[in-house]
Amino acid sequence: MTSARDRILAKVRAALADVPPGPPDADPPATRAYRTAHTEATGPALLALLAENLADYRAVVHQTTSARLPELLAEILRAHGSRSVAVPADLPPEWLAATHDMTRLIDSPDLTAEQLNGVDSALTGCALAIAETGTIVLDAGPAQGRRMLTLVPDHHICVIRADQVAASLPQALPRLDPTRPQTWISGPSATSDIELERVEGVHGPRRLEVVVVSGRPQ
Amino acid sequence: MSRTFLGMPPFPKAAAVSTRNARLRANLTRATHTIRDKRARAVAELDDWAELRQSGREIKDRTLRHLDHYLLQAEQAVTAAGGTVHWAADAAEANRIVADLVRATGESEVVKVKSMATQEIGLNEALAAEGITAYETDLAELIVQLADDLPSHILVPAIHRNRGEIRDIFRGSMARWGRPAPEGLTDNPAELAEAARLHLREKFLRAKVAVSGANFIVAETGTLVVVESEGNGRMCLTLPETLISVVGIEKLVPSWQDLEVFLQLLPRSSTAERMNPYTSLWTGTTPSDGPSNFHLVLLDNGRSDTLADQVGRQALRCIRCSACLNVCPVYERAGGHAYGSPYPGPIGAILTPQLRGLQNEVDASLPYASSLCGACYEVCPVAIDIPEVLVQLRERVVEQAPGHRLERAAMKSAGWLLDHPAVYSAALRTAGKARGLQPRRLPLPGPAKAWSDSRDLPVLPERPFRDWWNRRDDRNHGHTGKDDAAR
Repeated sequence: MTSARDRILAKVRAALADVPPGPPDADPPATRAYRTAHTEATGPALLALLAENLADYRAVVHQTTSARLPELLAEILRAHGSRSVAVPADLPPEWLAATHDMTRLIDSPDLTAEQLNGVDSALTGCALAIAETGTIVLDAGPAQGRRMLTLVPDHHICVIRADQVAASLPQALPRLDPTRPQTWISGPSATSDIELERVEGVHGPRRLEVVVVSGRPQ
Repeated sequence: MSRTFLGMPPFPKAAAVSTRNARLRANLTRATHTIRDKRARAVAELDDWAELRQSGREIKDRTLRHLDHYLLQAEQAVTAAGGTVHWAADAAEANRIVADLVRATGESEVVKVKSMATQEIGLNEALAAEGITAYETDLAELIVQLADDLPSHILVPAIHRNRGEIRDIFRGSMARWGRPAPEGLTDNPAELAEAARLHLREKFLRAKVAVSGANFIVAETGTLVVVESEGNGRMCLTLPETLISVVGIEKLVPSWQDLEVFLQLLPRSSTAERMNPYTSLWTGTTPSDGPSNFHLVLLDNGRSDTLADQVGRQALRCIRCSACLNVCPVYERAGGHAYGSPYPGPIGAILTPQLRGLQNEVDASLPYASSLCGACYEVCPVAIDIPEVLVQLRERVVEQAPGHRLERAAMKSAGWLLDHPAVYSAALRTAGKARGLQPRRLPLPGPAKAWSDSRDLPVLPERPFRDWWNRRDDRNHGHTGKDDAAR
């Protein structure tokens, strides 16, 4: 008896009897006449566009400098009433330099979703951000931790450096590594399932605060 | 334990009943009009929409023309990244594979991400027969599951329910499935979402096995992509130890770069957003981050048959955005259940009969569930010419089942249309706009050929008589639409 794999492939090939044999490259490539970006903004204007689009989908956006970052993060955690914060093991130590009296859960393979469920906030960096769509991308790389870290807690604070901001999706994709697990986040969790009206806040963090750090990277 | 589409009446009969349900009509009209306006604005933001749409169409066509090549490439890439690939020729094979995989883990429950493919194969029912409980975690799917109902929309399966009904369903049924609804739950959508969060959180935290579909598989890298809003997808794709993804063989895109096209087309067409809140991308398994066992079940279930039809195969370009449902005058009035399949609306009318064949009366009636107005084609982000495929399928229905059954179906459809003046006038108006595209003759196959060959089609007027009549005297309050609503 032939395998399902062989049967499916044979049926697919028979269905394509009208296509001349040969590799896909024998076909002309698909046209790509679309834009590589819908904005020409760079520098502070690009950061402003990112902030505007993030805010449009109900993320809370802060802009600051590297020098003021620790103060701002302490303020955000205090304002949220957080008493515990989950962080990746390689979080830059200065980020929490001004935060005191706060239980820190450090990400490791042993940290469970159950433990994270009792944490008030999660603080991470990101892989990059996309200004046009108001999207931040996490890929479990530096200062990000595992995927569950930014999923289970109800409050996610994400720090973006100015040099991590791409204008558009076509400009962002080549900078991302497909072999890494990725989460693209555009605003807090939401649903349109009740009468197709958007409601923020279902299973993912209901509050997303993004801190855009301007100035040259360190 | 849950209902299926099996044994549903054919479209004209089902629609005749559903169009008389005033509450259903009101819920659907409200929801589809809200989303269609938003979609139009989201699309208008991009001045290169036409170019994106063209690329989306070409990339999908190219993939389909070499589907065997890309399937093998994807299989190799997923396997190399630590995943296991299974092939399922039909629903029964797919359900068998999933049930066996779940049993091998020793678990008796799974959490599910909303997935059209698993709806299509009736996975939940198949798992239930093996003593495995599948918990739907998408809010709308949860509503459908709690109400022991059927989905009626691709994106929002509970679109036929309004907030008051949803509150009643939560109050009445949540306790049977797990954590009960909070005391004093109102019909405020934010409160309803909160109730779903509380109800499902315990299930996410204890789940060992998840079942998902996927919006895309990137053949060159073996990456799967799931696009969602609520975070239930992230929960299912991240927390369990075992992940089983059931994906139709047409979901492939060749390259990582291709995502730049589809992740612009899909969110704007679907939820009218620049980008949906969450998109998860994973390639095989990652040590100590996410599921350690990943299984991909590649599903045929009629897709290779659909591929064999050179006109009909374009239906396989579909990225399940549901924009065509939201603009369809027939869907808006008949509702999703009338289509007798998890794929309702215009895309369902061409996809279901091709996937399942035209043997039964339900599927043979679907190509007639349309006024051929063309609004679906206009909004389709991958330019599927749904009217063209509908006409082609009608020919096939005629070819294989000449005589009474078809005639009956056609007459019933026409009868239904004539019975609903607003749909009828919408159909006429759009037909007027499409005059340039009208063929002079309608070539019918088989015995009808002699008849159609000797007759020209009547030329469509620029404006239908009814419009002209209503406009020539404004005091004569236009009937179009109003008497329809009063029925």
